[in-house]
Amino acid sequence: MNQLEKELLRIKEKVNEMWDLVTFQVNGGKAALVHADKELARKIIKRGKKVNDYDVKIDRMCENLFALFNPVAVDLRWVLAVLKINANLERIGDTAEGIARLVKEVDTAFDAELLQITQVLEMYDAAEAMLTDVRTALAEENTELAKALIKRDKVLDKINAKADKALVSYMQAHPENIAQALKVSNIIRKLERIGDQITNIAEEVVFYVDAKVVKHRQKGKRDKNKD
Amino acid sequence: MYNTDSKEKEYSIQTKDVHLHYGDFHALKGINIAMRKNQVTAFIGPSGCGKSTFLRCFNRMNDLIDNVRIEGDIFIDDVDIYKTNIQVDDLRKHVGMVFQKPNPFPKSIFENVAYGLRVNGTSDKNFVQERVERSLRQAALWDEVKDKLKKSAFELSGGQQQRLCIARALAIEPSVVLMDEPASALDPISTAKIEELIYELKKDYTIVIVTHNMQQAGRVSDSTAFFYLGELVEFAKTKTLFTSPRDQRTQNYITGRFG
Repeated sequence: MNQLEKELLRIKEKVNEMWDLVTFQVNGGKAALVHADKELARKIIKRGKKVNDYDVKIDRMCENLFALFNPVAVDLRWVLAVLKINANLERIGDTAEGIARLVKEVDTAFDAELLQITQVLEMYDAAEAMLTDVRTALAEENTELAKALIKRDKVLDKINAKADKALVSYMQAHPENIAQALKVSNIIRKLERIGDQITNIAEEVVFYVDAKVVKHRQKGKRDKNKD
Repeated sequence: MYNTDSKEKEYSIQTKDVHLHYGDFHALKGINIAMRKNQVTAFIGPSGCGKSTFLRCFNRMNDLIDNVRIEGDIFIDDVDIYKTNIQVDDLRKHVGMVFQKPNPFPKSIFENVAYGLRVNGTSDKNFVQERVERSLRQAALWDEVKDKLKKSAFELSGGQQQRLCIARALAIEPSVVLMDEPASALDPISTAKIEELIYELKKDYTIVIVTHNMQQAGRVSDSTAFFYLGELVEFAKTKTLFTSPRDQRTQNYITGRFG
């Protein structure tokens, strides 16, 4: 293994460590939501600082690699992809932290009916699975999986699109629980955002492995269809 | 004889199925390439891959090597330089060359640049003076030497000597300039000057440069050719070759994973 490969491996290890932290933040968020577990929510928030430290550290490592090793071809694409993956992971961590803050504020457990009609837990499951799969896609250089993930984000978009209607019905039926309903609404929007950030990571995997730029393509298609 | 006027003419150097043998050793294996006019093409590859051998075919520098056999066609500005009955002297007026180590003649700065003109029988003093000044300006050396043109070329620094050699090559107004690792013996500042110069010179010349420095290939060239074991493995726009090479061997070489 040459020196450049050793440096790339060091960055890869840091990205994996950061990924573990962010996965804990996202997965823990669901448990905290279901059980109104304030202690867990606090842990998730605290973990955010560590994630930020990794973000800075990985950026710095990539910067040094550019300056000292002049990576080209697949190495260059990998480092460019990692820079963006790092930024997206940090944002996913931030978003998960935001959800934990919402959970921390509630005094009683969320109404099961509210969670059920808004499909927020299904959304959580989908986001968790996507986060795991995009990590696998990167580790195994599996662009088929990455491309499938870009499509899977639609599941989250659909739930998000239907949520407003479900929430309005719930609030009408349970005016005493509007505060919780608003929090769930906020959580749903954040989960939808996490789906977008995972999609961004999947697009970077395709760029790294196939040297193809797929970002903005879906949007372009949509715009074309509108015309 | 050479067709350098046509603005439509796209390629300055074209080769077809070029094979070169040194005795039993097959050094170049069927090279096909077309290099655009007024562009810089870099040849990269590990030592012994044939890149310098191929470069030296363009001004027939391999001809005098014992047991060398060259097959195929090499066209420079539409002239097949091995098959047409041309004088090597004439070819070298058309194709200039700069070597790895600066090799000025033991003469004054002025006479070094004027040498090619004098050898070609130019005696008009004003013409020679004008051409020497223009060549030194083109080589970005004029301001540094204009007050000491009669001094020995050996008084110049290594980087200045190399630019003097470039001025000497330009004085006879070639169409193509070949450079065999022109900056490998120079410090980073002199290297940067040579690279800037290459950038400037491509407006007027077609340049082919052999380099072991891949960052240099990236900085100065429009297209890059990767050679390996006598084969032209990949030839592409430089930015394509250094970001998404097509061939695994190219990727292994440029990322330092060869062998």
